[in-house]
Amino acid sequence: MAARKPPTKGQIRRENLEIAVQYPLDWLEERSGLVGGIKYFLFRNVPADTNWMQTLGSATLTAFLVQAVTGVILAMYYQPTPTGAYPSIVDITDHLTLGWLVRGMHKWGASVFIILMFLHMGRVFLFGAYKYPRELNWIVGVLLLASALAEGFTGYLLPWDQTAYWASVVGINLNGTAPFLGPWLAQFLRSGQEISASTLTRFYSLHMLVLPGAIAGLIALHLYLVIRLGVTSPPWSKEAAGTERPEEPTTLRKGLTAEPGGSE
Amino acid sequence: MSDHGPEEHGGAHEPSPTIYPLGFAVGIAVILVGLVVDPLLIGGIGALITIVFGFLWIREATREYRVEHAKVEAETAEGRPRKPESELTTKERFPRSRFLETVTVGVGAIIGGLVTLPVAGFAVLPSFLGQKRYKVDLGPITEFPESQWRIATFMVNPAEGEVSRRTAFVRNNGSVKVEGSARMVPSFTIISNRCAHLGCPVQANGPIGKPSEEKTANGEVRLIPTTPAGFGCPCHGGQYDTEGNRTAGPPVRALDRYAFEIDNGRLILLNTFSVSHVDGTGAQAQIHSYKLAGPGQHVDGPEQWFYPIQPPHR
Repeated sequence: MAARKPPTKGQIRRENLEIAVQYPLDWLEERSGLVGGIKYFLFRNVPADTNWMQTLGSATLTAFLVQAVTGVILAMYYQPTPTGAYPSIVDITDHLTLGWLVRGMHKWGASVFIILMFLHMGRVFLFGAYKYPRELNWIVGVLLLASALAEGFTGYLLPWDQTAYWASVVGINLNGTAPFLGPWLAQFLRSGQEISASTLTRFYSLHMLVLPGAIAGLIALHLYLVIRLGVTSPPWSKEAAGTERPEEPTTLRKGLTAEPGGSE
Repeated sequence: MSDHGPEEHGGAHEPSPTIYPLGFAVGIAVILVGLVVDPLLIGGIGALITIVFGFLWIREATREYRVEHAKVEAETAEGRPRKPESELTTKERFPRSRFLETVTVGVGAIIGGLVTLPVAGFAVLPSFLGQKRYKVDLGPITEFPESQWRIATFMVNPAEGEVSRRTAFVRNNGSVKVEGSARMVPSFTIISNRCAHLGCPVQANGPIGKPSEEKTANGEVRLIPTTPAGFGCPCHGGQYDTEGNRTAGPPVRALDRYAFEIDNGRLILLNTFSVSHVDGTGAQAQIHSYKLAGPGQHVDGPEQWFYPIQPPHR
């Protein structure tokens, strides 16, 4: 038995650093289980032949987060009144430092959000990822799409310029032509028989409180189902759903068995 | 296989050939023909055929399930032994924990309802209750020379400000005799500029003169002289003649009109009403009027059935 070499200064420093990092994480983990939960959420096993197309969902989530953050900041300066709305938008765009950037991010990000949603939807459709047992997640996704489109509709009025005003008039009346309940829906959206100051505040409230809340909740449900059901293999995968796993170990299988506690 | 019931044999779950779907389709076809020919009579007959065959079709399609259902129930009732009496008596029939669960969830639901209902009512009801129609004072009628058009813009509710500014096209048709008396009353054609397609602002198709402004109870009323050949909508190209009849484009009816009264020589706008079409012109016009409907909503023909109940508005 050879005498142990005393640890070098570098080794000691690294060990201390590890302890310093690990200690608060352990403290948190012991009391909440959050560290394990986040690891479980982020570091999941996925099929080895996943595709770049399967990042479109995360991209959509990122776009939503950008909308949420920029929207919260815009709400600090925007005034939802008929006389204040347009001047406050001008103020944000032309006078406040970096206001043009944040408003631009929110405005163009809205289109990015919708476009990414449709691309993600197309990917899911073409990969057949909506099939059993993931039908419910398709439905949640459709609700998300509807909420996002409603966000676009309500957000369009807020600049309160001629385009915004008349586009909203047309949009509300378009709802009004739906059979039976259409006129009632239109009057609810208009907050009365005529467009008025309360139409603007109503759209503002829907746009920044009701719909984002609904979207956040639906995203949570959407992600829960993704984690519970796992990521789909692409259609060309040798490990297509419902078939036996191939005999020879694939990358996925290797990955699984290498994982501590992940072996079968 | 012999000990299984007859419904277990192959093909039992395929629908047996039936004429009901055919009758249903014929009914739909009759409805469609009826919409063109005679919505009430032929359409009604079509609806009757559709409903009868639809009902028979559903009955036919679900017969198997209903029969099976009844059979299963019968089996449990007779075939299976009932639970022994002792099991029922030894266990609590309604345990304490079940009671507490139910009460907790129930009380939570009641509290939730008590909070949610008024809030939901506050979100929805103000859009429908207490809707007001304001009278609009457009100023003395001498400002409206006979057989000339004025584009009048006014604030419906001055307290609300510019957001309530609306526009109407006003033409003084001169005085007409009241039937059966010697009295003469002024006649006005007052057309709303809200397009009957989707509510965009309809414009006068013609040269526009210098606006004049006057102060009335309804803020600054602007009167702009114009000599229109008709009215046109910039959004989707709907066109109307000078009586507001649709001549081209997507609108589903004529332009809405304002009722009016003359009070102390001043022109006062009252409620708005919808118009399917107008026969004749000016003071002799026959206006086929209806209760105010939203843009894009038919007020006559079979399509009016899509909008049976309008929300309360004035």
